[in-house]
This record gives sequence, C-alpha cells and structure tokens, in this order.
Amino acid sequence: MDQSVLREYLPLFRESAWLTLRLGTMGILLALVIGILCAAVRYFRVPVLRGIAAAYVEVSRNTPLLVQLFFLYYGLPKLGVRTDPAVCGVAGLAFLGGGYMAEALRSGMEAVEPIQMESALSLGLTPVQAIRYVLLPQAVSVSTPALVANVIFLLKETSVFSAVSLMDLMFTAKDLIGLYYATTESLFLLVVFYLLILLPVSALGSLLERRLRYAGSGT
Amino acid sequence: MPKALLTIESLVKNYGGGAVLNGIDLTVYEGEVLVILGPSGCGKSTLLRCINALEPIQAGTISLNGEPIRRDSKDLPRLRQKVGMVFQSYELFPHLSVLDNITLSPRKAQRRPRQEAEAEALALLDRVGLKDRAGDYPRQLSGGQKQRVAIVRALIMHPEVLLFDEVTAALDPEMVREVLDVILDLARQGRTMLIVTHEMQFARAVADRVVLLDEGRIVEEAPPEEFFDHPKTERAQRFLNTLTFETVKKKAKNQ
Repeated sequence: MDQSVLREYLPLFRESAWLTLRLGTMGILLALVIGILCAAVRYFRVPVLRGIAAAYVEVSRNTPLLVQLFFLYYGLPKLGVRTDPAVCGVAGLAFLGGGYMAEALRSGMEAVEPIQMESALSLGLTPVQAIRYVLLPQAVSVSTPALVANVIFLLKETSVFSAVSLMDLMFTAKDLIGLYYATTESLFLLVVFYLLILLPVSALGSLLERRLRYAGSGT
Repeated sequence: MPKALLTIESLVKNYGGGAVLNGIDLTVYEGEVLVILGPSGCGKSTLLRCINALEPIQAGTISLNGEPIRRDSKDLPRLRQKVGMVFQSYELFPHLSVLDNITLSPRKAQRRPRQEAEAEALALLDRVGLKDRAGDYPRQLSGGQKQRVAIVRALIMHPEVLLFDEVTAALDPEMVREVLDVILDLARQGRTMLIVTHEMQFARAVADRVVLLDEGRIVEEAPPEEFFDHPKTERAQRFLNTLTFETVKKKAKNQ
C-alpha cells in the first residue's frame, strides 16, 4: 500500500464520509418520524390509515433501496417533480427506514400489556398522558435493540447513494479506483471510514440499551 | 338515609354475542363496603371494569354523584380520578420507582406539586408499612408489597369510591393477610368500597352488604351474616356449598 496515496486521498474520503453521515442522519431521523406515526396508527387501529400504513411497511421493506432510489431519481422527474440527488438519497433512506422503524416500535408497543394502559387511565390520566408516561417508555425500552440495529443497517445502506451520483464514501472509492487504479488504498480507506462511522454508533447503541433496560420484567 | 354515591341502572354488557351483564341495578351508598361474590365468569370483574369505563356497555347507565360515567365523555379522566381501581395483577409501572408510580397521576392528572405529592405518598406508604421501599422498583417487591403500593397509588388520588378486583387472587397465601389488613383498615376509615373477592372470611368481616352475581344478574343481596348463615335463594346456597368441604364429609358419614 502506498502511504503517499493514502495521504492524498484522505481529504476526499473525509469529505464524502461527512456527506454519508449528514444524509444518513437526516434520512434516519425522518425514518423515525415516519416509523412513530405508522406504529401509532397501526397500534391504535386508526381506520383507513392503518391499512395505508400496513401497505407502506410491506412496500418499503420488500423492495431494495437501489430500486427505491432509481424510482425517485429517474421516475419523479417524469411525473414533473424535479429532485436533486441529496433529496433523493434522504427521501429514499427515510422511505426504506420508515418501514423498519415502524415495525420495531410496533412490536415494542405490543409487548406492553394493554392492562398497563387501563391501569394508567383508571388513575385519571388522559389517553395522551397514559401513552406518554406509561406506554411509550416501556415500548421504547423493548424496541431499543431493534431500533439501534436499524440505525446501523440504514447507515450501511447509504453505500447505494453513489448510484444516484451522490459523492458518498462508496462513490469516492469507486471513482479513485476507476481513475488511478489505486484499488488497495481506496478499499482500505473505504473500510476504515465505514468503521469510523459505525463503531461509535454501535457502542452508543449498546450503552443506550443498557441504560433503558430498567427492569427486564415484573409489574 | 345515607347518600347514594354510585348508581348503576339496567346495565347490560354483551361480549361476543352473549350477555355478560344482563340488567344490573345496584346502588352503593356513601361509606358502604359492598362485596360482590359469584362463580368465575359471572361478570364480577366486568362489572368493576364497566364502572371505570374500561369496557363499552350496550345499555343502562352508571353514575357517580349523579354524573354519568360514559366512555365518550370528555370529562372521563376527571371522573376516573374519583374512582380508584386496584387490579388483581397489581399493574404497577415497571419503569418507575415505587414513589414515581404513586406520584405520577397526582402530578400529571391533578397537577399537584411534586413536593406535596411525594410527602403524601410517603405518609401513605408509611401507613401500609412500606416507607423504606419508596426508592425501589416494582421488580424488587413481593406480590403483597406490590399490591399495597397499588392501593396507595389509588388512594393518593383521593377517590370517592375504591374498586378492588380480586386483589389477593394472585398472591401467595402468606401475603394475602397483609393486603387484606390494609383493606380492613380502609373500611374502618369509612371508605366507600366495592370489593370482588374469593376470600369468604374476609368478605364476611369487611362487608356491609353482600351481592351474589350469577350469569350476569344479581341473584341475592343481603347483609353478610344473613347471606352466609341463612341464604335465601337456592343459587346462593349452592354457591356457598361449593366453598365448604364440611358438607361433603357429613354426607359421607351419614351414608
């Protein structure tokens, strides 16, 4: 491995890592919002909306991100909607992640016995208060491992962004390989940067899981 | 004439085609302890759940101090604050400490200051002998302790009537006593209570009036001495006979 090449490429990788992280974070946050809404709609059996949410979850989870991105990138302009690559990337990631987040949260909510909600309501809490102080804290605690796994999975999925000409880590690596045949150095830096992004996320996730595991069980 | 606190009129509750409660008329007076007995599946627990509007009802009215308790009422949270409920399975919130379990509803639903709510919670915990467990989590408590905490959690809302739904049914025998003692103490304070239980000795000791429910109807209603010693209806006699093993032995001896 040529160290001077590594040094030369480093700034390029740093820049594209930043892009990966930025778009990834935005996509994941949006996915969480979509996930919370879909999980709530399905858990509380809101008529009509629950059907839409169920269909969305199936579509988002059972189509590849690459296909979703192509659809947004090449399909939407045909319908007269102009989209730039960054918006496409974030929207695609949010669309894919929303389905996964929704299912993780819903299983957490369903793990909380309905009588816990009844107990909260019988004390005179409003439904919103009961959800906020009794249902959600328990549901999130159950869902946390799945949510953390989703975050890591979605950050890795950003490697598909290069397909819609976003200069993410993958794009940069492929570009440098194509231009200068510096295959070993590029792939080495690619792996290192993904690890630099994902290892802290993973560690943070484990910490969070431990902090939120209040009880195991026992009411 | 004591004041009617809780009035139930012609209550009908259907579940999956059949009627679980089939025209219940019942009035609970202020300061009265009413014990509801009956075989399993007779609708006792459902009746308590209806009073707290946890179940939709098909006909009839339930009212507290003349105010109807209805599931579609905007005022329901405020009404539920006046009706304390204790469940068989305790239903403490596992993610909160004992103290937070008790103070959650006064702080959030009644907007009482934390300090005041915590002071009252500790005083009530002291009464049930659990002051030193305030910082513990529910998983660290025994069943009997959990149930006493659940009773305190209902009491801190200053309810006008307390509903007990087989609160000792999930407990080990030696823990039943500590919970029943707390309820007896509440009866001495003159609290209005509706108690569903299978503890006959306890029912006899605590009740001002006993109601026997069978197949969704009230089949007998009497003071405890009368109910246990001279049940009027054949159904009540049969119910009481299933609880005593003595009768079986006597029969065997006579043969």
